[in-house]
Amino acid sequence: MAPNSPRARRPAGARSARTSLGDRLRAWRHHHRDSLRDALVRMRAAPSSALMTVLVIAIALALPAGLAVLLDNARVITKGWDGNAHLSVFLEMDVDESRQQRLADDWAGFDTVKRTEVITRAQALDEFKAMSGFGEVLEALPDNPLPPLIVVYPDNAAPGQVEALQTRLNALPEVDNAQLDVAWVRRLHAIIELGDRLIGVLTLGLAAAVVLVVVNTIRLAIESRREEIVVIKIVGGTDGFVRRPFLYSGFCFGFAGGVLSLVLVGTALWWLGGPIDELLNLYESEHSLTGMSPSTVLVLPLFSGTLGLLGAWLAVSRHLGDVEPQF
Amino acid sequence: MIKFDRVSKRYPNGKDALRRIHFELPAGQLTFLTGHSGAGKSTLLKLIMMIERPTQGQVFVEGQNLNGFSTRQVPFLRRKIGMVHQNHQLLFDRSVFDNVALPLVIAGFARADIGKRVRAALDKVGLLSKEKLNPIMLSGGEQQRVGIARAVVNKPPLLLADEPTGNLDPALSAEIMDLFHDFARVGVAVLIATHDLSLIARHRHRLLTLREGRLIHDGEDDDHGA
Repeated sequence: MAPNSPRARRPAGARSARTSLGDRLRAWRHHHRDSLRDALVRMRAAPSSALMTVLVIAIALALPAGLAVLLDNARVITKGWDGNAHLSVFLEMDVDESRQQRLADDWAGFDTVKRTEVITRAQALDEFKAMSGFGEVLEALPDNPLPPLIVVYPDNAAPGQVEALQTRLNALPEVDNAQLDVAWVRRLHAIIELGDRLIGVLTLGLAAAVVLVVVNTIRLAIESRREEIVVIKIVGGTDGFVRRPFLYSGFCFGFAGGVLSLVLVGTALWWLGGPIDELLNLYESEHSLTGMSPSTVLVLPLFSGTLGLLGAWLAVSRHLGDVEPQF
Repeated sequence: MIKFDRVSKRYPNGKDALRRIHFELPAGQLTFLTGHSGAGKSTLLKLIMMIERPTQGQVFVEGQNLNGFSTRQVPFLRRKIGMVHQNHQLLFDRSVFDNVALPLVIAGFARADIGKRVRAALDKVGLLSKEKLNPIMLSGGEQQRVGIARAVVNKPPLLLADEPTGNLDPALSAEIMDLFHDFARVGVAVLIATHDLSLIARHRHRLLTLREGRLIHDGEDDDHGA
């Protein structure tokens, strides 16, 4: 405006209305609340499409979450199995009992060995007869076919150490074969670790899917609210103001999907719980299927909500610029 | 209030929409902007609203050079400008009241204050009794008045109108024009883009005429008879 124009200083009336900082802060807070309410109202206004989106998110998250629970259970169940790892050291047939006892005493002195247990050929035969039911067959044999055995309990079950001990014992002339009895447990653990990694990859992939689903949903929402966005921009709405309802929408979709995925996983665990407990009983485990930890229950919806927020953010920053006022 | 200082605008497709436009609008004046479609009216409004930026020259609003505005500051400029559209740009998913309240909600007014100001604006355009209705239930003239109420609700120093009487019959147009006069009288700078020559003829006001992006006429509309 021309500063020296006589009309430059007009009386009130047309002075731009002003707002105090406090008012604006309150309005900002209100807009957050309104945006959240708006997001929920819109979900309720189109329940079938909202439910679709939420279901897709829920299923995508339930898959890795459910697998993680099962894997956690497997890990807990097999944890104890590693503890009583021991080496069964079969000696050459010609090692006599006194020699066997001396070797056992010797090995018990190794610093990686906790204790040793001697099983003589006679003891082994008795045990075998009692356990296997092949007693009469063994009677028929001219000689006791069973070798002398020393069971070696390692000090700790760290894989490397046990294997080193195994190699060392195998190298002895009296030893026919030192056998590690927990190899299959090890393999199982390796499989569980692999499963862990697979769940990680799966989670990454499906999290990306969740983000993309939300991107698409919010993109459509932006498209359908184009006029509103234009009007808001014309009357001076900031990008933040325009963005906010969509971000809340994205978060709500994610959060709802996360909660629903908890329900899905919970239902699946309840469904599987009976048979799994029965199976565990057959393996004489006192363990019974544990569900999701409280932290998972808390974190999953928040994680999912964050994914939704991220999706909404991507959609908004990608598409909001397209919507500009035109005359 | 508004100053164009040798402003040119060339669009990326090479079209020169405005060429060295130079004029000044003081506060409290009602001015018509006319010209055939494609003459540059829309571009001129877009430069004031910062929907576009000039290729050359400077646009000033309230003495501030818009070239110095960052994209983030644009919304705050627009809060000083009331914009009236030919097609009203009302939102049909909310009441008349909420439509008019939108600029105040955005600017962060207190709730109680919003109610007062919205009712004052609706009273001004004679629609106080319709605040609870959905704008889709209103006539074209009434919708336009809601649009005007929304444009002036936060008392902007500048009012832009793009073909505000485009779809209205002469009687309604006259009502709308009376409103614009009232705003000019209290010190608002009013710029009305129109090619409705009869509207211009009925009122003696400053007239800016664009042709092919040039300002070919600036003055009282004596020589622009009906």
